[in-house]
Amino acid sequence: MPPIPMVDTVTAPNGGEPLLSVRELRVAFVMDEGVVRAVDGASFDVFPGQVLGIVGESGCGKSVTMKAVLQIVEPPGRIVSGEILFRRRGSTPDAASHATGKIATGEIATGEIVDLARLDPRGPAMRAIRGAEIALIPQEPMAAFSPVHTVGDQIVEAIMLHRRQWRPEGPRLRRREARDITAGLFRDVGISMPDERLDAYSWQLSGGLRQRAMIAMALSCRPRLLIADEPTTAIDVTTQAQVLDLLRGLQAKYRTAIVFITHDLGVIAQIAHHVVVMYLGRVMEQGPVDDIFHAPKHPYTRALLRSIPSLRSPSRVKLPIISGSLPHPFNRPSGCPFHPRCADAVPGVCGRRVPSLQPVGERQSASCFLYHDVAEPHDVPQPHRADERRQGEKTS
Amino acid sequence: MADVAAPPTVDVGAAPSAAEERVSVASNWTLVWWRLRKHRLALASAVVLILFYAVVLCPDFFSTQDPELTEARLAFIPVQRLHVFDGGRWSPWVPAVVGKRNPTTLRMEWAADPGRKVPVGFFVRGHSYRLFGVMPANVHLMGATNLAAGRAYLLGTDRLGRDQWSRLMHGTQTSMTIGLVAVTLSVLLGVVLGGVSGYFGGLADAIIQRLIELLQSLPTIPIWLALTAALPRDWTPQQVFLAITVILSLVGWTALGREVRGRFLALREEDFVLAAELAGCSRARIIGRHMVPTFLSHIIATSTLAIPVMIINETSLSFLGLGIRPPAISWGVLLQEAQNLQTVALAPWLLIPGLLVIVAVLAFNLLGDGLRDAADPYG
Amino acid sequence: MTSRASTGGTIPPVGAPLLEVRRLRKFFPIHKGFARRVVGHVRAVDDVSFVIHEGETLGLVGESGCGKTTTSRCVLRAMAPTSGEILFRAADGRVVDLASLSRHELRPLRPQIQMVFQDPFGSLNPRMTLFDNVGEPLLVNGVRNRRSRMDRVAELLRLVGLRPEFMHRFPHAFSGGQRQRIGIARALATEPRLVVADEPVSALDVSVQAQVLNLLLELQERLHLTYLFVAHDLSVVKHVCDRVAVMYVGQLVETAPTAAIFSRPRHPYTAALMRAVPVPDPRVPSGDVVLKGDVPSPANPPAGCYFHPRCPFAVERCRLEPPALREVAPDHFARCHLADELELDGVGTGEAVG
Repeated sequence: MPPIPMVDTVTAPNGGEPLLSVRELRVAFVMDEGVVRAVDGASFDVFPGQVLGIVGESGCGKSVTMKAVLQIVEPPGRIVSGEILFRRRGSTPDAASHATGKIATGEIATGEIVDLARLDPRGPAMRAIRGAEIALIPQEPMAAFSPVHTVGDQIVEAIMLHRRQWRPEGPRLRRREARDITAGLFRDVGISMPDERLDAYSWQLSGGLRQRAMIAMALSCRPRLLIADEPTTAIDVTTQAQVLDLLRGLQAKYRTAIVFITHDLGVIAQIAHHVVVMYLGRVMEQGPVDDIFHAPKHPYTRALLRSIPSLRSPSRVKLPIISGSLPHPFNRPSGCPFHPRCADAVPGVCGRRVPSLQPVGERQSASCFLYHDVAEPHDVPQPHRADERRQGEKTS
Repeated sequence: MADVAAPPTVDVGAAPSAAEERVSVASNWTLVWWRLRKHRLALASAVVLILFYAVVLCPDFFSTQDPELTEARLAFIPVQRLHVFDGGRWSPWVPAVVGKRNPTTLRMEWAADPGRKVPVGFFVRGHSYRLFGVMPANVHLMGATNLAAGRAYLLGTDRLGRDQWSRLMHGTQTSMTIGLVAVTLSVLLGVVLGGVSGYFGGLADAIIQRLIELLQSLPTIPIWLALTAALPRDWTPQQVFLAITVILSLVGWTALGREVRGRFLALREEDFVLAAELAGCSRARIIGRHMVPTFLSHIIATSTLAIPVMIINETSLSFLGLGIRPPAISWGVLLQEAQNLQTVALAPWLLIPGLLVIVAVLAFNLLGDGLRDAADPYG
Repeated sequence: MTSRASTGGTIPPVGAPLLEVRRLRKFFPIHKGFARRVVGHVRAVDDVSFVIHEGETLGLVGESGCGKTTTSRCVLRAMAPTSGEILFRAADGRVVDLASLSRHELRPLRPQIQMVFQDPFGSLNPRMTLFDNVGEPLLVNGVRNRRSRMDRVAELLRLVGLRPEFMHRFPHAFSGGQRQRIGIARALATEPRLVVADEPVSALDVSVQAQVLNLLLELQERLHLTYLFVAHDLSVVKHVCDRVAVMYVGQLVETAPTAAIFSRPRHPYTAALMRAVPVPDPRVPSGDVVLKGDVPSPANPPAGCYFHPRCPFAVERCRLEPPALREVAPDHFARCHLADELELDGVGTGEAVG
């Protein structure tokens, strides 16, 4: 297997090392009806203090990718191959491994890079990372809180569970103190009257407040990486503006790295530093947000940006469209997944081989034969049944 | 911006493959069948149930002799095992039995008579009956070919010397029919009353819901006891049979009624129902064409699961002597023969009807589970 | 497509009112306790009036719970309004008040007002083929002949950009965008004059939205349709609508031609709503003015102007006196005491408005 290029060292803030490196990740759902390759060789980096926006339509694998990072892919989905390299917390003593002792892959030293794809999803090592170092803001805050406990209690519980994050040494953190920390978090996320709201149940809060409480919950363990999975999709625009504003403020304050998943290009433009564009499980293009919006390289990005109506575009004019529709997940096109809908597709080329993600220009990279002719190697690992399917397609 | 003035895009991808085309035009029932095909247990159960209902259609054909034929001398003959080969040749037979009275207990004790075989044949002529109640016939699936050599009691005889195999065939007819008819009646009641309740709401809904609550709060066994006790003693077995069916379904429709009402309430909010309303469809069309077909497969699955309950209920009632009464035959009536411990100890084969009840109930449950899983191909 | 004349009547001059909603109210009672005593009302739609002219598109905008969907359902008479008038000029030229009609009286008018749904998966009956789904409005409105229904369905499918051979397929064979086209074909089957589109693209993928928006615009031109376009996405509304009506807590707060409202909104809520829409351009900063607080409950709205607790410009008068919807510029109505004094920023005024 050829070495995978480091896609993006140029744009790394302060030239630092990535916090999270996803390399050639493949996640497949093997079902009776066939195999869905939800993520099909995705690679990208997240640097400390960076907001990475992952944008794509339904079925592009953006959520599954981040579920794979957290090791919460629901069966029958599983990680087929690839690496998810995560740099663990280095500055503070690693309390989690103190608490858990030996773990399956050996003692993880502080600041060490672990491959999350190789950890047992239910093992202590993964549990120590999930929540404590990587936290999730889900799309539906209603579903994320239990309705029978107050939101305050649930956050206090999370803090107590990861109390070493707050007080590495010295006396045990008391519940009373955890409650004060929670109230402080509530103030941080802009919840007024935090002491009263602590004792509220999630169903008593409005959508905006609930989303704020969810963010407080995610921050409760001082994560270094925050994954926000469409956090504003279920809420209204004015509330969305509040939540985006809040996330921007918190990010500036704590320098937490955020992976922001959304289908809304407007939201991406307003919050991300760096953008990854996905389509049918592959990274089509990535680069700094300004380049993606003002100098898009991949035909998919270009077409997508042209086709969305904007408050600043003229009214009642036909929009340039992307023809066709998203293929059924069982029915992936061969070659470049976008080629059947691509206006620039080269016959006989784009449908044959899968273009790999290669640097294009100084700061971007794209998977497109318009810019290079580096294809994916043919011997990429596939789930068993997928191989049969592909062969069947070739002969037919 | 070349495509600004273009005509509407024909929104088609590549030409669909044959397999895709097949799925595209597959109706709901086809999809249900495709999913049901994958449930091996459900399919096996369906085969078993088809066999049962073949018996229901024509129990006399499957009987070896007249189920009412009483022969006190031949009481409590044990199971005579069916052998199909005689010395390597295809020649079915059962061992003949001889009875000897035990001098101390004064009971007949039956033992195989070595050397004597009762030849058995398939499609033999025997006692005459009416096929489907009309056509006179006398062909049976099995039977002793030479009555002089003795009769074949495949599952033994009861205390009056009646052939249990033949009685079981007739009992199957009664019990399986009661299950089916009672469930059909409760489905009708449940769908109509639940539908009225769910679709129209308001006062009708309130009244029907209170009625369901009332019926569900009554303890079922005393209700059955009271109702069956009220049946006039001089009713013919057919009348009793009908009455029992009605009683079972009157008590049994409530759960189904609730479910149908729930479905109606949920469906009323569906966009395609609103679309039909806005298109100007009549109420009857909305219910008949849009709402009922949507939950019909669920109703079928639920009914399949309700039939065994009815069968058990009938069996229990008849076992207690309150349901079907002799001379009519049902599984419950047959099990009544095995009511006292002594009989069970001396003639364990009288428990075989219980085995049949278990098989039937299991088969219905497995099929119902499979149907329920397959019922919603869009879910 | 057959000519308009077949629906009867002559073509009125463009601009004649097709639908006029006057003081529409829809209250839902709140029951409490065992006796289900009515303890209050959710004022879902509270005194809403607007006009839609023939051939134009009116956008009804607002956040969830503002009453836009309830308003559209009342216009469709999928629910009965509590009070108010819904005056519809029928094809024969009569003006009828839909609000007062019974189910039976509504039936002959149903074909003229049709709906495009939000959810392309729920609005088609999955157990019926495309032919049955699209042809049903024809069947129940008198086209009994199967052959002529098939011809018409084929014509409709072509009209929305689908192959007529798809007629015998079931909806499960189609993607979201394709199903939305089918839904549009069904809505157009009876040659409606008013089409209520309830968030027709919000459930679709970004790359498919433009296709459906283009289709709606093109069908409007070809068939001289009138749209009531209900949406929460201001970018989409700006793209397709001639006039915009903004709702907040059951009330209309501003209504004006699209160009006017986007270049110079007169109600602080409209302005805030526009500023809240994230612009797909990282060089245009947004979120400088973020509206504080939450939308009040329509069961218990604040006194005075419903918007005053969140309004950065609120004065004493706003707390006490509910403002009325008044004309602040030609054809520009706003429900704000300060509409004449405030200088609110809109978005993008430079581009041509077609």
